[in-house]
Amino acid sequence: MPTRASGLLLFQGTRPAARRGLRVPIHKEPALSQPLLEVKHLTKYFPGIKALDGVHLTIRSGEVHALIGENGAGKSTLVKILTGVYFPTQGEVLYEGSPLVLRNAIDAQKAGIAAIHQEASMFPELSVTENIYMGHHLTHPKTGRIDWRKMRTETQKLLDELELDIDSNTLVKNLGVAQRHMVEIAKALSLHAKVVIMDEPTSALSLREVEDLYKIVRRLRADGKAIIFISHKFDEIFEICDYYTVLRDGKYIGEGKVSEASIDSIVRMMVGRSLDQMYPKRNINSGRTILSVKGLSQLGYFSNVSFDLHEGEILGFFGLVGAGRSEVMRTIFGIDRKTAGTISLDGKEIQIRCPSDAMAHGMAFVPEDRQEQGVILEMSIAKNITLPQINPISRFGILNRKKEKSITETYGSKMEIRAAGWQVDADTLSGGNQQKVVLAKWLATNPRILILDEPTKGIDVATKAAVHQFISDMASKGLAVILISSELPEVLGMADRIMVMHEGFLQAEFSREEADSDKVIRAATGNASGGGVA
Amino acid sequence: MMLGTHNNRQETHKSDLVNVTRLINETSLKERMITLFTKWEVILGLLLILVFVYFSNLTPYFLNSFNLLNTTFTFTEKAIMALPMIFIIMSGDIDISVASIIALCSFAMGYASSLGADTWTLVAIGVVVGLAAGLFNGFFVTKVGMPAIAVTLATQSIFRGIPQAVLGDKAYTKYPQSFAYFGQGYLGESLIPFSLVFFLVLAAIMGFVLHKTRYGRKVYAIGNAKEAARFCGVQVNQIRFINFALMGLFSGIAAVLLTSRIGSTRPNIALGYDMEVITLVVLGGVSISGGKGNLFGVIMAIFLLGYLKYGMGLINLSAKAMVITTGTLLIVAVLLPGFLDSIKAWRKLRRQQKTSTVAN
Repeated sequence: MPTRASGLLLFQGTRPAARRGLRVPIHKEPALSQPLLEVKHLTKYFPGIKALDGVHLTIRSGEVHALIGENGAGKSTLVKILTGVYFPTQGEVLYEGSPLVLRNAIDAQKAGIAAIHQEASMFPELSVTENIYMGHHLTHPKTGRIDWRKMRTETQKLLDELELDIDSNTLVKNLGVAQRHMVEIAKALSLHAKVVIMDEPTSALSLREVEDLYKIVRRLRADGKAIIFISHKFDEIFEICDYYTVLRDGKYIGEGKVSEASIDSIVRMMVGRSLDQMYPKRNINSGRTILSVKGLSQLGYFSNVSFDLHEGEILGFFGLVGAGRSEVMRTIFGIDRKTAGTISLDGKEIQIRCPSDAMAHGMAFVPEDRQEQGVILEMSIAKNITLPQINPISRFGILNRKKEKSITETYGSKMEIRAAGWQVDADTLSGGNQQKVVLAKWLATNPRILILDEPTKGIDVATKAAVHQFISDMASKGLAVILISSELPEVLGMADRIMVMHEGFLQAEFSREEADSDKVIRAATGNASGGGVA
Repeated sequence: MMLGTHNNRQETHKSDLVNVTRLINETSLKERMITLFTKWEVILGLLLILVFVYFSNLTPYFLNSFNLLNTTFTFTEKAIMALPMIFIIMSGDIDISVASIIALCSFAMGYASSLGADTWTLVAIGVVVGLAAGLFNGFFVTKVGMPAIAVTLATQSIFRGIPQAVLGDKAYTKYPQSFAYFGQGYLGESLIPFSLVFFLVLAAIMGFVLHKTRYGRKVYAIGNAKEAARFCGVQVNQIRFINFALMGLFSGIAAVLLTSRIGSTRPNIALGYDMEVITLVVLGGVSISGGKGNLFGVIMAIFLLGYLKYGMGLINLSAKAMVITTGTLLIVAVLLPGFLDSIKAWRKLRRQQKTSTVAN
């Protein structure tokens, strides 16, 4: 099913935009008014899959509406129907009470529906102005020539009103992820969007940037926009959303006021049962030191990183995006070259020049970017699971199909991968199941050291719990686990020790007992003197 | 089918899953036949049969075993070069210098022959020069990190530039008598050309490597997701380097066969072969962006184009008509698989809606 790159379609078409300004925000309680957008009995079939089955959604002006569901629940399909990418099989969309037909992205744009995607789809080599007015350039009324001056001043006005410190001439490639999101929001405003859909807008943002985003969301709400907010993070939903609608397996489950709901009640709606424990408790029995990193540096990314990793231990790495956590692990695993420092295993210094060296020393690495680095989408589950072991399961270079099959069955079953068979391609699986394939493939290598980089990013609650259970199980079996996460509750809940990085340096180290969210965040933002790291 | 441990929760998932993903029975004979006959290599096979039926009705000379076997002389060199080109394209690279490698190898053999080298020395020179040229390409692509298209665009000029500079409008035409066997000889007393058999043997080896060995699996992995392959410990650049080396080696072999067949070396030898070889690979169903396709499809494409050309020659159609036909086929080859997929998807969707209305 096509799910990637469709965001490119969203802001095309021409429409002269004489922008209407944002008023000064006055926060008021969202009133129960006539629904702005109503979705009724919406059903969408894909070949072999019923993606949506009679879904309802009611959005009013001036509210932030959380769309909640596990991966594969149908959220993305619903968004794509609302933005004109897909056409529904059955059901209708009402806009201010009258039926709305969305045949393509331009229809959605005209109706005032704009979407801001998880990974911003922009033109990196063009300026902010050009990005905002792409597809609806302002022109001189007489000559039809593109009116750059007007577009620039309008853009600057938009940016100023959003209180963004961005110059309209800046190239988008020079902006950070957060700023790109803000530019996308400015673009939606330049299109007079009344309904703004935000698909996991905070997944790549740091805490401070999330606060800025909240500020803007609140402004938009005060200005009477309707915002559909998709997120997997409950704290965000409770922080910013007024109403919620829950989908499960393409079906409408329920809706309500966020203020009257609890995490537990929403989780129960999402997964059809309550999750007993978010973070499984276990007995810590960390043993001797396996891995010892001293003074590790990579010019321009991180420097002088030292830490020890023990058997049976979960070592958490927390920090803001760009703090250098992933880069440290990439270097340890041999993807990138170190510029200084040593890595020792069992007390002996080792040289790691490429990932296969690291694997030979018993390391396994679950990377952050599942789609690009984790799974190979167009290869079968079986081929994915056996790829790291392709050398040991071959004799004289010839693949042993029997061994391949038994490895896949053993570890695929262990990870409870839900699929129509081991031969189906990985791109037919949900995000959570793809992550299980990645875990299965590394588990099959029988590692001593397991490095996990954001292992639960963008996966549903049920799989998340399964991944946490898996991590605990591995640690109790004596594996040494390094867990990188940007989700503070996850790090606090899972890790035995927490290393906090800030701008390429190890800022602090906390034991499980002494760590609390306040201390850790202060260290991550560079304001702390905690911990015992010299 | 549900995979995993079977407790109660999983059982309910199992039935859900069947409902969600398997609305249509895909194991019926009809469905399986549709899957089979919409495979690109099977379509190519059917087209090949069509070519045979069409031309044998048109002219009595087509179905003549002597002609059918002899005509393979005209395409075995390109066919041999198509084999490593599959690996190159499969892993997301390209090599457009292969025709120039032939020119360089042929020039080296011609020069050696003019100094009195014997047949086996000539063969060794051809193959070694080809391998060296491939290593040269591979070095710049994987060690220096230049894009393959840029490197081979440059070496396309360099490799052919050397014979052009030295030979000008002259040619090497003196080759030992026994050297002619490789490109002109038959197996024993039979009518089977040596070069055809040699190609089939190489094809069997390369097919085995691509589909049955870890090397082939790594090539597929690289073509689909270079980064993910690297994270799994696949030595991406090592594999790509070997691919370019193989490409050079096989081009050297093709140079031996071609020089032996035409018995002379001019600077314009094998001009245009690079694009023809890439055409064979893409027509054979290998995705130009890498990761998809198989060797059997390319073999089908080789014989389809070869015999189409032969048939058109028999009924006196010009070479230009042939070029147009090839171009058309190429567009079909790129378009049809996607088109068939969307028809299949549409069919499935319609039946699904039907079953769900019945259910309601």
